[in-house]
Amino acid sequence: MITKRIIACLDVHGGRVVKGVQFVDLIDAGDPATQAARHAREGADEIVLLDITATHEGRATLLDTVRRTALDLFVPFTVGGGIRTANDAAQVFEAGADKVSVNSAALADPKLIDAIGRSFGAQAVVVAIDARRDPDAADSVRDAQVFVQGGRKPTGRRVVEWAREAEQRGAGEILLTSMDSDGTRAGFDCELTAAVSESVGIPVIASGGAGTVAHFTDVFARGKADAALAASIFHFGVSSARSLKEELAKAGVSVRLPC
Amino acid sequence: MRVTVIDYKAGNLTSVLKALRHLGAEVEVTDAGVAPVESAESIVLPGVGHFAATQYLDVTGLAPAIRAAIARGVPFLGICVGMQWLYAGSTEAPIQPGLGHFPEKCARFSESHEKVPHVGWNSLEVKSNSRLLAGVEPGEFVYFTHSYKAPVTTDTAAITQYIESFASAVERANVFGVQFHPEKSGATGLKILRNFLAWEGKGTR
Repeated sequence: MITKRIIACLDVHGGRVVKGVQFVDLIDAGDPATQAARHAREGADEIVLLDITATHEGRATLLDTVRRTALDLFVPFTVGGGIRTANDAAQVFEAGADKVSVNSAALADPKLIDAIGRSFGAQAVVVAIDARRDPDAADSVRDAQVFVQGGRKPTGRRVVEWAREAEQRGAGEILLTSMDSDGTRAGFDCELTAAVSESVGIPVIASGGAGTVAHFTDVFARGKADAALAASIFHFGVSSARSLKEELAKAGVSVRLPC
Repeated sequence: MRVTVIDYKAGNLTSVLKALRHLGAEVEVTDAGVAPVESAESIVLPGVGHFAATQYLDVTGLAPAIRAAIARGVPFLGICVGMQWLYAGSTEAPIQPGLGHFPEKCARFSESHEKVPHVGWNSLEVKSNSRLLAGVEPGEFVYFTHSYKAPVTTDTAAITQYIESFASAVERANVFGVQFHPEKSGATGLKILRNFLAWEGKGTR
């Protein structure tokens, strides 16, 4: 039976894992390669590494980080942040990523999704969507908007429609982050996740708001997510993917255990 | 153990090479030239992406070279699309023939409420006489990402359930295939690759 995936996410800045709320007050949380290996050892089903600054000058540092992180990592490894062209993606794959995550560059030029998919296969393209509900909209789920620049800039596109377009262009998975929930540790946006998951035929990874085990149970059941991203819940040894999955198994969620 | 990995320009080889090297294999990558296949001690055909990409194997003459190597008894492992290529073809690219080592065809998952592609960790029902999957216990998981699959036949070495039962591994004599990605399947995947590297043509069935 297919299992629900728990994905550990490392935010990286200048070659170091960092942790902060809404990208401010960053705290050093270690070396990416060491942290990725630890998460894999502790039961994470996949690793995502996001370059949260993604400056042009930082590309060489990022590729070096990806190379070091991938070296002894034998679970799926996704890299995102600053991938603007198919050539950027090719370099990240060559360094050892299995998938790339594209966000604002795909919104600026949706053909980027087609281009990467054609060269590397749909399974290698994750389209990341930063979503925010409009509290004044008639239907805040249906009318939820896609944002870029860390949730600061609206694009005028509806989340569900953009997810569908991404699928049609050959995305293999959708990584949906609720900007409303992100950093709150008050739970995922299950309504929005379910709306996206039900309108596409590809897997949806839920992100933003994880604080407790029950939040994960909820996003798999009510949110119909295929996978969930966890960042801060694992940092500084708060919890491991294995202990999270053991709790999920007790709650009846099918997960990869032992792991 | 020396391994010849075939690069047919169908995506990313890095993970496969890394896993084989991690296990101590001496890895040689070949693309257009058939000479490395003619002298290969073992062959791995990886694959992520579209079945149509296997056309490269015909255009370059690699397909007959691989067929001859298999006939010589060289151990062969196909991964994902590399496994599907061992069959007669796939409905993903109907005009592109496979190797035809196994006579059946691969097909897309049936329409259902489940998502396609099948992405994630799923379990294996391993046939007890499988050499490739020796030591893989019930309840161990491997990582899949695919939309097309091979049917269950007498050559099937493992069955996985998703929408329907499909062949997640196949083996006959020196020819092995896995639909999942052993290079991305943690300790279980490395164990399977180690079995392949350690197999020296003994115990054919």
